Amino acid sequence: MTENLAQTVPWQSCVITEIVQQTPGIKSFFLRLSKPFAHVAGQHVDVRLTAPDGYSAMRSYSIASWAISSPTIELAIERLPDGEVSQFFHDVAVIGDEIELRGPLGGHFLWPELAIEPVLLIGAGSGLVPLMAMIRQRRALSQVVPTALLLSARTAEDVLFSEELHSVEISDPAFVLALAITREKPIRASDYARRIDGVMVKEILAQLHGKPTQVFVCGSNGFVNVATDGALLAGLDPSIIKTERYGG
Amino acid sequence: MVTRGFRGRGSGGDGSNRIPPGQHLVENFPVLSAGPTPSVEPSDWTFTVKIGPKPVKVWDWSAFNALPKTKMTRDIHCVTSWSKLDTTWEGVLVEDILADAGLERPTDFVLAHSYDGYSTNVPLADLLSGKAMVALNYAGKPLPRDHGGPARLLVPHLYFWKSAKWVNALQFTTRDEAGFWELRGYHMYGDPWRQQRYTND
Repeated sequence: MTENLAQTVPWQSCVITEIVQQTPGIKSFFLRLSKPFAHVAGQHVDVRLTAPDGYSAMRSYSIASWAISSPTIELAIERLPDGEVSQFFHDVAVIGDEIELRGPLGGHFLWPELAIEPVLLIGAGSGLVPLMAMIRQRRALSQVVPTALLLSARTAEDVLFSEELHSVEISDPAFVLALAITREKPIRASDYARRIDGVMVKEILAQLHGKPTQVFVCGSNGFVNVATDGALLAGLDPSIIKTERYGG
Repeated sequence: MVTRGFRGRGSGGDGSNRIPPGQHLVENFPVLSAGPTPSVEPSDWTFTVKIGPKPVKVWDWSAFNALPKTKMTRDIHCVTSWSKLDTTWEGVLVEDILADAGLERPTDFVLAHSYDGYSTNVPLADLLSGKAMVALNYAGKPLPRDHGGPARLLVPHLYFWKSAKWVNALQFTTRDEAGFWELRGYHMYGDPWRQQRYTND
C-alpha cells in the first residue's frame, strides 16, 4: 500500500455514470475513472470541485466499491446540512457530469492483505462506506475469515446497503451482522434497540469464535468514542483498533 | 477544471488570504485520530527528551508545568481540508523545554512520540524561534482528551497531523525519519501553503 503511495497521486477527471438514492440521506455516485486504479478496501479519494471564479473545495470520501480492475468506483455520500460539497453532489450533480479526484489514498484503515484472524467492523451511518468495501472485497476474494459487522443507525431505513448486507449474512456463515437501531424498535429480535456499549460488543465477539486481531471503527467522532469505549470494555486491546472519524 | 453548477459558498468573507489553497473554514473543532482516544491522567503523565534512544531528561506533570509558559494565537490547517482561525493555546515553547534539558541543537531532526504509539517528524528549525510548543491549554482551559490532552505538540504552520496529540516525548534523530502518517503516504514536511498533503506533493 505504502508502495503505491511512493509516487505522486495525480488528479484525474472522471464521469458520473449512475446515481442511486440509498437511504433518505445518502446517495451512491458511480464514477468512471479516466486513469483506472486498483485500491485496497478502506482507502479514500480526494474530490475537488471548482467554481467559475476559481474557488475550489476539496473533501475526502471513502470508496465503497472493492478493488477490481473496473474503471468505475462507487462513493456513497451523505448530504450534510452545511456541506458545500455533499450538497453539490445531492442537489446539482447529474449523470454525465465531470468530477475531479485523486486516489487511492490512505495507508492505515485498510483491509488486511492476509485476512486470517477474525475481524470486527463497527460503523454508523455513512461510516459504513469503507467497511462495506472491506465486506465486498472479502466476499469477492472468497475469503472465509470470520467477520462481524456491528452497525448503528437511527432507523431501519437509514441502514446503508441494507439488502446487500442481509444477503451476505444469509449466504455466509462466517459473517455476523448486528444492527443497533437507536430511534425505533428493531425489526429483527437479534438486533439491538440502543447505542453501542461494552455488553453488545462482548455478545458480538462471542459469535465471532475467536478474538479479533483487527478492529475497524468508522463514524462521527462521538460515535467512534462510544464504540471504541465499548470495544475496550469488552476486553479488546487499543493497539488493534483502527479508527476513522468524520472531520465534522 | 470548472465543475458544472458548482458555485461554492458565495462570498469568500474576511480572512480568505489566511486560508491556504484547497482548505475551507470551519467554526467547530473537528476531531480526527487513527485509534482510540487514550486516557492519560496528569498524575501519570511524563514527558521525555531523547537523543536517539538515550533519554536526556524526564519531567513529571508538576515539573513540566513549572517551566515558563507562553500563549499563542494561531490559524490551524488540517490535511483533511479544514482550517480554523485564531485558535488560542498556552504551553511551553520547545526552546524552553530544550533549555531546561541543557540542550541546543543536538541534531537537525525531531520525531515527536505519543502515548498511543503515534509519531511524527518535524525538522528542529520548525520547532524553534517561537514556532512550536507543547500545549497544555486550549481556549483558556485544560486541553480536552479529544484534542490531545493533557498535552499535545503544536506546530501550527504545518498541517495539523504534525501537532501530535497525547505527546510524551521529543526524540532527536540524525536523519529525517518518517513518523506514523509519513510512513503511510503523507508528506514528510506538510506545508499547507504548498499543499504538501501526500508523499511527493
